[in-house]
Amino acid sequence: MFADYSMSELGAIFAMQGFAGLILFSVFVLMALGLAIIFGQMGVINMAHGEFMILGAYVTYLVSNFFAAYLPALFSAYFFLAMILAFIASGALGLFVEWAMIRHLYKRPLDTLLATWGLSLILQQLYRSIFGAREVGVSIPDWMMGSMPVTDLIEIPINGIFVMVLAVGISLAVYVMMFRSGWGKQVRAINQNRVMAGAVGINTEWTDRMTYGIGCGVAGVAGSAFTMIGSTGPTAGQLYIVDTFLVVVFGGAASLLGTIASAFSISQAQSIMEFFLSGSMAKVLTLLIIVGILMIRPQGLFAMKLRK
Amino acid sequence: MTDETSKKPNSGVNRRAVLAGGTALTASLFLPKQLKAAEYPTAEINTTGLAVTDDTVTIGILHSITGTMAISETGSVQAEKLAIEQINAQGGILGRKIEYIQEDGGSDWPTFAEKAKKLLVNDKVASVMGCWTSASRKAVLPVFEQYNGFLYYPTFYEGLEQSPNVIYTGQEATQQIIAGLDWVAKEKGAKSFYLLGSDYIWPRTSNKIARKHIENYLDGAKVVGEEYYPLGHTQFNSVINKIRLKKPDVIYAIVVGGSNVAFYKQLKAAGIDMTKESPLVLTISVTEDEIRGIGGENIEGAYACMKYFQSLTNDNNEAFVKSFKEMWGDDMVIGDVTQAAYLGPWLWKAAVEKAGSFDVDKVRAATPGIELTSAPEGYVKVHDNHHLWSKTRVGLAKADGQYDVVFETADLVEPDPFPEGYQ
Repeated sequence: MFADYSMSELGAIFAMQGFAGLILFSVFVLMALGLAIIFGQMGVINMAHGEFMILGAYVTYLVSNFFAAYLPALFSAYFFLAMILAFIASGALGLFVEWAMIRHLYKRPLDTLLATWGLSLILQQLYRSIFGAREVGVSIPDWMMGSMPVTDLIEIPINGIFVMVLAVGISLAVYVMMFRSGWGKQVRAINQNRVMAGAVGINTEWTDRMTYGIGCGVAGVAGSAFTMIGSTGPTAGQLYIVDTFLVVVFGGAASLLGTIASAFSISQAQSIMEFFLSGSMAKVLTLLIIVGILMIRPQGLFAMKLRK
Repeated sequence: MTDETSKKPNSGVNRRAVLAGGTALTASLFLPKQLKAAEYPTAEINTTGLAVTDDTVTIGILHSITGTMAISETGSVQAEKLAIEQINAQGGILGRKIEYIQEDGGSDWPTFAEKAKKLLVNDKVASVMGCWTSASRKAVLPVFEQYNGFLYYPTFYEGLEQSPNVIYTGQEATQQIIAGLDWVAKEKGAKSFYLLGSDYIWPRTSNKIARKHIENYLDGAKVVGEEYYPLGHTQFNSVINKIRLKKPDVIYAIVVGGSNVAFYKQLKAAGIDMTKESPLVLTISVTEDEIRGIGGENIEGAYACMKYFQSLTNDNNEAFVKSFKEMWGDDMVIGDVTQAAYLGPWLWKAAVEKAGSFDVDKVRAATPGIELTSAPEGYVKVHDNHHLWSKTRVGLAKADGQYDVVFETADLVEPDPFPEGYQ
């Protein structure tokens, strides 16, 4: 396979391939963080996660249209505002959904699967009625769509760097919130023992609502960022949901660190195998390995030690 | 089997019907399409109990208007409704207005079969315009064959099928593929090809045909890679690196659905400028419809090979684009399949008038040889194998989401759903 190439060419390809793996890692982290909060910390199997992401993408679409029409001078910077609005919109929808639906289901975690799946169908149809069945084209500012030449042979996609920076930023933010803030302590307390947490004076209802809202908001930001690399349509959220659950479950549902470790290992395995094998085969092998590992370690890579 | 036995005692009727059809056709040529319903008593033109009254005929429209495929199938529904409205404005078929019953396949193949049965058995529709994916067509096929329905199927597809109950108004694979490969080899001097596709029957069959053609018929050309990705795959950075390594002259891409958007955006972000044509991107899966989701600026410079582009300059097409936009809004775009869907009702009208009957067996017998001079894509003709003779064209994608037609075959390309030497 490599006989005809010089060392420098091979070096460049492998560097770019390593980078492709890192981009995939960042994409997985962005996808999974929101779900890791909701599924991992609250035990809610949120099948509508993809639709919360797509809400963020549609918000980005609206903001880009607004800037193109009214503020063309600032178009190249609209994306930052779009991400903030995506967080607010998805988060607000999350708060509402938690209040209307999820809070009645905390004692029946399996039913959340059905309820949120229904929610995802409702949201898809809502998007279809509002934005039409076709995918919408989101215009991305030019500076984000090119590539950056590092050497003569190596070119790095700028949107990839953007996604990486964003993934690191959001991971840090979530880490600080979960492990360095009072709210994080409350979330973890509720996760360990809901009744006891309530008894010591934690407002569990409020904390649950905020947790769900923040998880959905993070999904919205991810969706906003993915307009750079993927499609925006009523059913586009479905493209991400399987990978997202895979990453979270494989990492060990309750552990944020596990989510990141699992995103890293899955993305590297997949991107390396995609390079040497064909696309479908890479996917099959990745899934097989994950199934194998989960059979040996059903609790995932990183499991919290709990007294049951 | 039952067809054969039921045809024989009817052969006398058949001949009369053909004669009547003949006069109808001449009449329609001289008088601008105003056939009087009274000249065609319902009892004579409908001997099998279809939904035909003295002044209406009912047909079915069967597409997905919900679910994943709604993105693609909406345009087909719109085109079919436009054709029906135009036919009615001209006086209908055999003096009867077309009414339609629309059913939603819901992007779910068993639902398609169920709805097809409903249309044929409960509603007794005279014909059906419908389906989009091959999977949905395969699902309804047994239903149409069992109840002797008649389906007009609009999508370009992989071929390897020829049902007596289906008219394929889109191109089959060889029509779409071979002309484009010949063009890119001759005009662009392409020698090495990287085949890429979504992982299901249409891209795989199409790439198989492409590979055979490249290896057996193009001088010194070779395939340097062939890859498939699951439907809905959104990460193409690895394959883009692989393509960089192999340095093909042409990336032959048959990626569909949401993956399409991801593929072209990432190709551009990876610094592969398609307008430089090194490598050149040639696709058979991106119509103007798909470009709306991808964004014109992300696919500018790629070539697409199919039979119709919205930018075609001929009177038929200009009138078609104008009325389509009048009916459905100025921001509409029209892709290859939408145009093929538009042909369905017109081909059926021509066949019914030629047969002088709505009976499916007579319409089927009258269908081969039907010509349309008013098709937006230009002249088309129905082949004995139920596919259309049509020209194949290559378009160059522009930033505004439209294609410039840069090549068109001199003659109509013969449909060949079971190509020898390509399987």
